[in-house]
Amino acid sequence: MTLLITVFAAIISTVVWYQNAPGSNMKIGVLCWLYWGASLMWLVDAIYEYMELRAEYFTPALEDMLNDTFLGLSVVALGLVIWLVIVLVKDPKGVVKSTLLKKVD
Amino acid sequence: MACFVVPAAEAIIATTVSQILKSKETPEHLELMNEQGGVDTVEKIGASKKVGWLSKLLWGGSALLAFEHVWHGEITPFFPFLTAASNPTDLAEMLSEMSTVGVSIAVLITAVWGGMVLVTRAMEKDMTMTLKKAK
Repeated sequence: MTLLITVFAAIISTVVWYQNAPGSNMKIGVLCWLYWGASLMWLVDAIYEYMELRAEYFTPALEDMLNDTFLGLSVVALGLVIWLVIVLVKDPKGVVKSTLLKKVD
Repeated sequence: MACFVVPAAEAIIATTVSQILKSKETPEHLELMNEQGGVDTVEKIGASKKVGWLSKLLWGGSALLAFEHVWHGEITPFFPFLTAASNPTDLAEMLSEMSTVGVSIAVLITAVWGGMVLVTRAMEKDMTMTLKKAK
């Protein structure tokens, strides 16, 4: 479930990046790297788990599935927080800078 | 247990290599044909940027994977930071997981990045060839 949620997050962020590139300065690419990197890593994890559990892998207990869903959503939220911090620190539109350093007339 | 440590270590190496390449790199330019049939001069994607893609994939994935380990109580804020490292039986299992799952993760990420680099190179070559034919 964590893998599935992260893959969807990766696909959505890539579509948003493609729609807005190359003019956008919102750094959506950061989200793509984060989610695709994590998706590939969890894919390997899933393969190893499948080799161990076989068909049982696809029928997880309800409690495990709920926990994995919660983890997946938390991972997406963490990715968004990392992206937000990078956007605010790099401040590509100069919004933070102009808010903090208001010109005095 | 600690499979994210292997790609994180690779991320450190990739970032270092990217920075070294960046400091030695001189920008190369490519002439490409635009939609109107004219010629655009664009900056060629440098080796440092390509290695940078690998480090971004590795850092991104390792960060989120590390969070999963925190979630499962496998990372602690105090020494030795990895719960599995506190006793020899778990330590052996952790090292075994790092050498299988961790190395597989690093290999897959590197292979995907290799594919990206090859596709980019082919695209650059294709666009340059189109221009040469047009000339």
